[in-house]
Amino acid sequence: MFKKLSIAAIAALALSSGAFAAGGGDQHIENIDFSFDGPFGKFDQNQLQRGLQVYTEVCSACHGLKYVPLRTLSDEGGPHLPEDQVRAYAAENFEVYDEALEDTRPATPVDHFPENNGAGAPDLSMMAKARAGFHGPYGLGINQFLFGMGGPDYIASLLTGYTGEEKEEAGVTLYENTAFPGGWISMAPPLYGEDVDFNDGHANDLEHISEDVSAFLMWTAEPQMMARKQAGFVSVFFLTILSVLLYLTNKKIWAPIKGKGRRGS
Amino acid sequence: MAGIPHDHYEPKTGGEKWVHSRLPIVGLLYDTIMLPTPKNLNWMWIWGIILTFCLALQIVTGIILAMHYTPHVDLAFASVEHIMRNVNGGHMLRYLHMNGASLFFIAVYAHIFRGLYYGSYKTPREITWIIGMLIFVLMMGAGFMGYVLPWGQMSFWGATVITGLFGAIPFIGEPIQTLLLGGPAVDNATLNRFFSLHYLLPFVIAGLVIVHIWAFHTTGNNNPTGVEVRRTSKADAEKDTLPFWPYFVIKDLFALAVILAVFFAVVGFMPNYLGHPDNYIEANALATPAHIVPEWYFLPFYAILRAFTSEVWIVIFFEFITGGIIDAKFFGVLAMFGAIIVMALAPWLDTSSVRSGRYRPMFKWWFWLLVVDFIVLTWLGAMPAEEPYATFSLIASAYWFGYFLVILPLLGVIEKPLPQPATIEEDFAAHYGKPDSTPAE
Repeated sequence: MFKKLSIAAIAALALSSGAFAAGGGDQHIENIDFSFDGPFGKFDQNQLQRGLQVYTEVCSACHGLKYVPLRTLSDEGGPHLPEDQVRAYAAENFEVYDEALEDTRPATPVDHFPENNGAGAPDLSMMAKARAGFHGPYGLGINQFLFGMGGPDYIASLLTGYTGEEKEEAGVTLYENTAFPGGWISMAPPLYGEDVDFNDGHANDLEHISEDVSAFLMWTAEPQMMARKQAGFVSVFFLTILSVLLYLTNKKIWAPIKGKGRRGS
Repeated sequence: MAGIPHDHYEPKTGGEKWVHSRLPIVGLLYDTIMLPTPKNLNWMWIWGIILTFCLALQIVTGIILAMHYTPHVDLAFASVEHIMRNVNGGHMLRYLHMNGASLFFIAVYAHIFRGLYYGSYKTPREITWIIGMLIFVLMMGAGFMGYVLPWGQMSFWGATVITGLFGAIPFIGEPIQTLLLGGPAVDNATLNRFFSLHYLLPFVIAGLVIVHIWAFHTTGNNNPTGVEVRRTSKADAEKDTLPFWPYFVIKDLFALAVILAVFFAVVGFMPNYLGHPDNYIEANALATPAHIVPEWYFLPFYAILRAFTSEVWIVIFFEFITGGIIDAKFFGVLAMFGAIIVMALAPWLDTSSVRSGRYRPMFKWWFWLLVVDFIVLTWLGAMPAEEPYATFSLIASAYWFGYFLVILPLLGVIEKPLPQPATIEEDFAAHYGKPDSTPAE
């Protein structure tokens, strides 16, 4: 039976593992006011740089960003670091295996952030697009339309959503988290606040650094976001003008056919 | 070419005559672009142009994407990210292609329901309708296989579920499924053949589109009244029609520009709205997503597929009389394909002598109920397979079949149609008045 084979079995499987964003009603996702929300929203360059620092000093211990080339850290519409700084950052923080040398060497801007899933931690490159913070109501997609898909909101809510409760299941310690589907996550609380110090003395409490790293992960997931919105805006602008011109052309062409007795419709 | 009487291309210069006597291509293009078109067509007659544009958009963006994409299970997901990050304009190409599929299906559904309301499927346009249904089925195939190519979680599990449907066919199902997959499960062979077919199908569709256009250029367009263009003489025909160029070309281009403005807003500002987040996770045969949901445009038929469970009496009945050959799984598959087949048979199921729904007072209600039914089925397809959605799905699926198999045949007998205008000219004049005696020039 089809239903049994695919749907029911899958639902049962998912219930037991609870590892994927299902959007159950038990999740609490905060709708965060990010600088890049909305059609005209832009990445905050300073926030992306702070987020990069949080990722480097905390997250990168377990999580990789294997799809992200290090050179893109100097891209406009991203953290926009100077190229020499990117070169130094790559060499100081990461080592990569070089097949030609048959040995490891310090990373350069042409390399990607290293892969890292030794502790079973998922790659974070696309995490902000692979999770949805908002659903429904009733599967109608209205919340996603109003608030966006909510990937970065989900990440920030997860980082601040630990209740402090722990339990052990089959030899694995699980931590209670109000944002995680099912409520129990195997990742220990990664951030407590004041985990990093920013050079410019920017606030480093838990809420702030969670938002910073979420914004950074939105950039790693969608590095071309600003170029895309720009292209969207230009296209809509010119298509609107074209629509008006075609409307007037159409009206003029049809005027002698439709005659003066036009009653609308 | 038979059709509505109108002026044909006459080669004038020596050069034109030389070409025309060897290859009458200019004449063919002239006849196509100057086709006499009923002058009362309303805004629901724009979808054909939108669909033609979508096909071109998908082919052009698709060919460029294929230059950068790698159809291999270890590389496909990364190559899509390569397109998104490294290829110049790659992120726009990819989002245009992804959302282009959605625009394509919005337009095809509008086009189909236009045909259902105005009776465009009725004689003499049955072949146009059947070709259209074939195009629709091929579009579904192309859309499904295209969704597999990024090799995300939904790609993989969607492919697993949908190819599993073919396994439900008694006796020959499993060999068919193996042939589709190129092995016992979704794997590299599947990805390769889906990529190959996904590249092929748009060109098959393009060929069928030409046949579709050829067929309705022979019968002439239907129109909101359903009254045929007079073919008694060229003068009569000209009272009912206007040449396609420039009147309908400009009108259609205006509609296209408006729709593209909305389309580019979606692509630019919310390109992932219609997608599923799980498809940004690389395919993993060991981790099943919580909900496997097909792309939105398959949801109505997916809902019909899931509606017929083993608890439904008609399923139990068929399982009993066929000695278990038709079980619930196979019944669901038959229902899904049957939902399209009954729609394709509409020309022969509709017994009414009146073509347009505008003059059918009872039909109107049943038609709009069908539209609501379709929207509800779309919603139900995305809901989990549990109560109360299962019961709703069954009722909504039953109405879909009931509309085509019971209501359409019966209405033709019991319904008393309203008077129709004698000619298109009369209908047009009633709306817009008589034409000016002196043209604007």
